[in-house]
This record gives sequence, structure tokens and C-alpha cells, in this order.
Amino acid sequence: MSELLNPEPKVIAFLCKWCSSNAADLAGVSRMKYPANVITIVTPCSGRVDPTYIFDALAGGADGVIVAGCHPGECHYVTGNYKTLKRMVLVKELAAQMGIEDERIHLEWISSSEAKKFVKTMTEFIEKLKHLPPNPLRNNRVALEAKH
Amino acid sequence: MKKIKLAVAAGSFCGGCDMSIINLNEMLIPIEEVIELVFWQVAADFKFEDVEALQDKEIDICLYHGPIRTSEHAEIAHLFRKKSKVMIAYGSCSCFGGIPQLANPYDAQTILDSVYTNGYNIDESGPNQNYMRPKSEYKKGRAMTLPKLLDSCLPLTSEVDVNYFVPGCPPVPTQWEMLVDIITNFIKKGELPPKGTVVAGETALCEECGREKPEEIVINRFRRPFEIDPDPEKCLLSQGIICMGPATRAGCGGQCTLGANMPCRGCFGPAPGVKDPGLKMLSAIASIGGAKIEAELGPEGLKKLMETIPDPFGTFYRFFTPEYIIKTKKKVAEEESSKK
Repeated sequence: MSELLNPEPKVIAFLCKWCSSNAADLAGVSRMKYPANVITIVTPCSGRVDPTYIFDALAGGADGVIVAGCHPGECHYVTGNYKTLKRMVLVKELAAQMGIEDERIHLEWISSSEAKKFVKTMTEFIEKLKHLPPNPLRNNRVALEAKH
Repeated sequence: MKKIKLAVAAGSFCGGCDMSIINLNEMLIPIEEVIELVFWQVAADFKFEDVEALQDKEIDICLYHGPIRTSEHAEIAHLFRKKSKVMIAYGSCSCFGGIPQLANPYDAQTILDSVYTNGYNIDESGPNQNYMRPKSEYKKGRAMTLPKLLDSCLPLTSEVDVNYFVPGCPPVPTQWEMLVDIITNFIKKGELPPKGTVVAGETALCEECGREKPEEIVINRFRRPFEIDPDPEKCLLSQGIICMGPATRAGCGGQCTLGANMPCRGCFGPAPGVKDPGLKMLSAIASIGGAKIEAELGPEGLKKLMETIPDPFGTFYRFFTPEYIIKTKKKVAEEESSKK
């Protein structure tokens, strides 16, 4: 394994209200363990996650952003997660062009019963970020650290 | 009537903004009556020494066009800011970064490498056999200097305080009518509009564009402008062409969409109230792409559909420098200057 370039990455996770946040709750209730580097934000639907949020999170000091929603075809609002999927394709491509590694942005489908998948996703994502250098957009990291 | 002093300064300009002033034709006559030209290198042989000799705030209005690409442009911007009362960012480049800001993902070294060494058909057989490249300093007997190519290409606001913005690539005569109003009002009453005013329309371009818009726009196949001959009556987005109209400020009168049957590229910058037109437009385009057949296409199909949009940075940020890039570039520049 390569050396740790960023031992404590910060991750913002946007979880949809109907599936992924319930999976996070279930993981908590079942006493599953996952790294404490994740700050979760619950949105009404993964389709509510504006690309601006993702870039603001990255510019605000996050090393990675996860967007999690219901499985395709199971969205509470019928097509919300399809919209997320389409946006994320473009957002990743745009990020790569702007000099941000596209691995920093991750989309995952986690239904409300998949607490194990939630834990696995978070653990693996953070493990991956540890081997990436700190986020190049990180400008206000000091400010963010002061708040927590 | 008292004449006011006007200067037209330039950064990394293409000449289009100068042409837009000359292109005013007979409108120049009333303008000429109220202004005294202090500096405009395209029009006459003015020298920077003459400007340096002026007192601070002696120039009434300075139009600055072009982005900050080299160290010299930053110097010019600071000089004119010091000498003028009102600084106007004239043209898309000085307002938002313009076309040259597309080089922002790369630093100066990469740009020089790709131009002088790795560029298409550059090899030993060409005129530049030793892969020579410009240096900002050269000493052989007498030391000589050239402006340094910066790692960034940022709008005027990144260097100095700007009073007003006149977007457009280049600005159009209707904006000059508004500008002349501002100038005459300033001479007669000494009044100026609030700082940060954008001299252009107050809506999105779609309001001005008279194309027929359907109730609902769905794109099942993205097309580039050369792939089809668009129907001149119907909305370009509904024909599958990415048009920046919904996220772009009005004021040009639909020069491209109505006049040339081409999509809007976003040169008038963000529509009022929009902070980041690129991401907003990206989000909108992603929403309408294959909107009615999402379940049919499935995740893989939708991914393939979105991948047919080439170059998202160049499409959605063709004229606008994202705030994230401005911040990062400035931070890198600060870190480097503090090292020295």
C-alpha cells in the first residue's frame, strides 16, 4: 500500500431522507463501526443535491464528497435519483478538468436496509482518500476545523 | 459643458472590445463632445509615463478590458485604479475571465510546454529547433525583462476594486447607450449608480430571445451546433443543442440565437441572482437529458447519454471563471510570493 498522504481526511456525505439516512441510522442502532471522518447531511432526495453543494463542500475544506440515494427505480420521488446520476457524471468530468481528482466525488445507492453497505462504502472511501494528497481546493480548511 | 477624462486600458485583450467602441459609428460624436481621451493605445500613441504623471484620481472613468494574464496586466490594472475615480470592467474578459480563462486548469509551465515543446507538429524540423521559449529575465551584458506569464488568468476583480461591469464579448451599442446615460448624468448631476451595477439587461437571455419555447424541454440526444441545421423558429435547447440562454444575462438582444442561429455561449455572464452559472446550467442540462425515458435507459444508458456532452468545463464555463478556481489560484500565488 502506498504511504498515507492525508491521514485524517474530511468527508461530507449527502444522504437522502428516505433510504441512505435510514441506512446510517440502522448502522448506528446496530452498533456498527465506521470512521468518524464523515459529516452527514440529510437532504429530502439525492436529486436535491445541487452541484454547487458538492463544489462548496470541496472548496470549504472537505477532501471528499459522497452522495447517496435510493437504488435506481426506487426513488420516493420516482425519478430524483436518475437526475443525480446524470449530474454526477458531468460533475465528475468537470472536477477532473478543473484539477480535482474525480475519486473525491462518489455516488452510491444505499437502501434503508443496507447498513452494512453504508459502513463499507464510508470505510472504503475514507481509506481511498487517505492515499490521496489533501484537496487542492482546500482554502478555508482552518476555518472549518475551528468550527468543529 | 465640462469634459470628463476617459481612459481605455487593456490587459490580455484580443482587440474586440476596442473594435466595439469604434463600431459605435455616429454614436461616437455625442460621446466625443463630453469626454477627453487620456489613454487608449489602440486609438493614439499614449504612453504609460503620461498616465503615471497624472495626479491620483485625475481620470474620471477608466474602461479596462482583457483579463489579468501576465504580471504587466496586473501592474496596469493597479496603475489605472490609482489614477481613476471610476473603474469599469469592460467586456467579458475583465468581468468574468472570458475565453482566456479556459487556460486556468493549467499553470504557466504547462502552457509554455504545450506551446513551445509538446505542441502539435512541433519538432526539430521546425523553425524552433532548440525549443526556445520566452523568459521573463535575460542577461547578456545588459539585463532585460519581459512580463511574466502568470499561473492564472483571472478577471479584473481579482486584482483591483471595480465599480461597474459592462459584460459582453464584445459589448453591444445598447449597453453604450446606458453607459452614455451614466456618464452624462455624472457630468450634469455628479450622480453615479450604486457600486457593482452591471450595465446590461436585468433578466435571463431567454426573455429576450423570441424563439418558440415548448411547454417542457426534453433532450434525448445531445447535438453540437455543426451536427444539425437548427430550425430558426424553435428553441435551440429543445432541438438538442446546449444553449446557455437560461443561465445568462440578457442585454445582447439575442445576437447569436436570433441573428446567427447559433446557441448562446454565455458571454454576458450569470443572470441576475445566479452565483455560478456553470454549475446551475450543468444541473439543468442533466435534469432534462433523457427526462422522459430515464427508467427505459437505466443507469448505464443515462451515463452514456451524459458522456456525449464533450468538455463540460468549456461548455458551461466558457466565459466565467469559477469562484473555486479564483480562490485556489490566488492562494497558490500568495504562497509562492511569501516563499520569496
